Amino acid sequence: MMLPAVLSGFVVGAFAPVLLRVLGERASWVLALLPAALFVYFLSFVGDVAAGETLRFVTPWVPAVGVSLAFYVDGLALLFALLISGIGTFVVIYTGAYLHGHAQMGRFYLYLLSFMAAMLGVVLADDIITLFVFWELTSLTSFLLIGYNHTEWASRRAAMQALVVTGAGGLALLAGLLLMSAAGGSMALSELNAAGDVLRESPMYAAMTVLVLLGAFSKSAQVPLHFWLPNAMEAPTPVSAYLHSSTMVKAGVYLLARLSPGLGGTALWFDALIIFGGATMLTGAVLALSQTDLKRILAYSTVAGLGTLVMLIGVGTPLAYKAAAVFLITHALYKGSLFLVAGAVDHEAGTRDILELGGLRRAMPVTFAAAVLAGLSMAGVIPFVGFIAKEVMYESALHTNGLVTLVAVLGNALTVAAAGVVVIRTFFGPQPELPKHPHEGPSALYLGAITLAVLGFLAGVFHPVTSANFVMPMMQSLSAAHLGHDAGHLFLWHGITWPLVLSLITLALGIVTYLAWDRVRTGIRAGLTRVGWGPDLGYDQAIAGLEWLAAWQTRVQQTGYLRQYVWVSFAVVAAALAASLATLGGGPDAFTLPAGRLTEWLALALLLVGALVTTTVRSRVAAVAALGLVGYAVALIFLLFSAPDLAFTQFMVETLTVVILVLVLMRVPLEVTAFRRRSGHVRDAVLSVAVGAVVTLVLLGVIQTPLDKRLSAFFAKTSVPEAHGHNIVNVILVDFRALDTLGEIFVVTVAGLSTVALLGMLKRGRRSAGEGEG
Amino acid sequence: MHSVILHTATRLLISLILMFSIYILFRGHNQPGGGFIGGLIAASAIILYSVAFGPQWARDAMRLPCLSTAGFGLFLAAASGVLSLIGGAPFLTGLWYEPHLGLSMHLALSTPLMFDIGVYLVVVGALTGIALELEEASA
Repeated sequence: MMLPAVLSGFVVGAFAPVLLRVLGERASWVLALLPAALFVYFLSFVGDVAAGETLRFVTPWVPAVGVSLAFYVDGLALLFALLISGIGTFVVIYTGAYLHGHAQMGRFYLYLLSFMAAMLGVVLADDIITLFVFWELTSLTSFLLIGYNHTEWASRRAAMQALVVTGAGGLALLAGLLLMSAAGGSMALSELNAAGDVLRESPMYAAMTVLVLLGAFSKSAQVPLHFWLPNAMEAPTPVSAYLHSSTMVKAGVYLLARLSPGLGGTALWFDALIIFGGATMLTGAVLALSQTDLKRILAYSTVAGLGTLVMLIGVGTPLAYKAAAVFLITHALYKGSLFLVAGAVDHEAGTRDILELGGLRRAMPVTFAAAVLAGLSMAGVIPFVGFIAKEVMYESALHTNGLVTLVAVLGNALTVAAAGVVVIRTFFGPQPELPKHPHEGPSALYLGAITLAVLGFLAGVFHPVTSANFVMPMMQSLSAAHLGHDAGHLFLWHGITWPLVLSLITLALGIVTYLAWDRVRTGIRAGLTRVGWGPDLGYDQAIAGLEWLAAWQTRVQQTGYLRQYVWVSFAVVAAALAASLATLGGGPDAFTLPAGRLTEWLALALLLVGALVTTTVRSRVAAVAALGLVGYAVALIFLLFSAPDLAFTQFMVETLTVVILVLVLMRVPLEVTAFRRRSGHVRDAVLSVAVGAVVTLVLLGVIQTPLDKRLSAFFAKTSVPEAHGHNIVNVILVDFRALDTLGEIFVVTVAGLSTVALLGMLKRGRRSAGEGEG
Repeated sequence: MHSVILHTATRLLISLILMFSIYILFRGHNQPGGGFIGGLIAASAIILYSVAFGPQWARDAMRLPCLSTAGFGLFLAAASGVLSLIGGAPFLTGLWYEPHLGLSMHLALSTPLMFDIGVYLVVVGALTGIALELEEASA
């Protein structure tokens, strides 16, 4: 059941365009049944997983190299799968209303559902190759979704940027996973995690950890690779709500969580995650306050949230894992909700700029309610789940060190201010003149936002349910050791403790920052202008540098002169053969002149004459004909040594080569000597002698080793009884090794196709030039 | 090329060469020959024709576009391999059917033969495609 469940998104997605044509925009409700059904399916695992079970589903994929489509369901995977399918349901419904009237909605659903399938694959995969394939598929579908408005330059740039950054990270991840697999001796993540000590003691530990971190950090937009995420806001809002807040960007966090039993617990892991996570948290929180576009504020605050999660995973205590689990749930619920709110506001009011918005609470009451609930959870107000997340976060930070605590308080305070900006500035105050007359949109536009926001409230109030079913199982997945059953307990009220005091300080700081937002914003902007350089600009510079390098390298390597290509190729062949003869040996020991028959000597003489004429004659056509003579002489030798098939083919090939070469050379009117100097002749002569000498040595070496006749004997024995053929050569071609022949005729066809295409371009170019003159 | 000798000789030779190429193709399983050589011979016949009368005449004589011929050959060769998949045998396993036609004659039909015909068509199509296009480009 698991494999069809994971792959269903690809299949249903492929039919989405047809469904949309038949049903119109009602199709969004039908398509939403898929993520909804998946959600219910995953929900059915909750009981077992909460009881401490894990499930594994294995389908062989490439058994020869030990790759399988293995899926693994534990607390961590299940929580992510539920978020992906649950939020996916609302995003699919929302899209129908948000892209109302858009001509290519079917294509959008194809991308969106394919993304969902890929993301499910990432979080459920237990095999490293399966994980990597799905990981790359999320990058690809994200590229397609960000670039959905492909007529906009900004969309195309953002899509490309996201693909380059996450794709490069994906390659690093593949290298890291392969190193892990080599050191740990398994392709299964669950087994690698169990062999954590082996991994940590491996000499490759630092290399594999850095590579895996590169992959995770690029995907989860950690400083300094965070710049692609705010740019990805060019995508339609359902994409931002789904991929770039609640699911795909958390793939990196997921990976760190998944691998922390195997790779975690070292100083490198701790330092890297805390430094990068903490820096990301602060950077994101600060930059969020510099923006006035609703979606960009939310995007930077997502960056901050991802930093928080990375930092908590880095801390690595059960308490920190608990904080990570609660914050993961909190963040997915409020951020998904607020993005859907931002999209609805944009859709109904016609702008997303905070400075132009205000007073929408009357016009859009349900959206307003969702925004308030989600905003309170984001700010961490009691009794929302966000409050609990902050409490646990502070508790774990206080047990770690002062710096982590300080970063957490600052980051959270700025997040409180951002929540205030998003909710209060948009919905309170007087309503200014807006590009559109705002009113509540269709139910599809607020259904997701209000549901997710209410869930954020319920998850806090009914925290024992949240704890037992989701938090505790995820904590157990992250911890190498077994946890006591009360490790995951959550509390709304601890009494007057340090975490509560810090929570109050956070709120106070946040409110002060919110009140001074206009000054804070201009201050941050002025600071950024003064610095003048950022990673986004750095990306452009890196790409420009890469293009320059590619152009330079092409200029040097691809001169366009055939004679240079040929010369270099032969020089490489001669050098490589000479080097391997010198280092590995295998040259001839002694040379005795064979006593050949007269006919053989005659054939050889013919060959030599042909070769001499080819190199000395002035006319090109004569040279080609003489070259054909060399080929005929070789065919004659084949015939003399009773290889009629070979000789036959050689005769035909030589004939056709001469014809085709003459046809080509008729286009080149120059004489052989036209542009060659004496030094060129000498250089070519030296090279030909070198190639000839080395090949002769190799051949002499080869014929003095005894011939292994096992294969010939096998073919001779089986040719008639098994393949019904007396001509062994042909039987090998069409039966024993038919797959090779199939590959060869494929190459022949492609060569024909490309030659015809190239010459066709030439012909058309000439024709249009002729028309231009006429 | 305007040469009476070439024109006359070509008219006589072309059918002989083409028939010979098919003969070579079919005898290939038991004696020297086969689809590759047969294809080369057939291609040389068509190239001879085009040298004598011009590439457009050769194209008309081919009926099918050269690359379509090559493509069909590739399809035939691949399809011959798929046939064995239906029976559960690995891709490209040789299948044989030898009906007796009476009078001590019997016919040997096989997927390797189909494969070899595919090879023949690919070689003919690709080579004539390249040669005719070159001739037209150099005209």
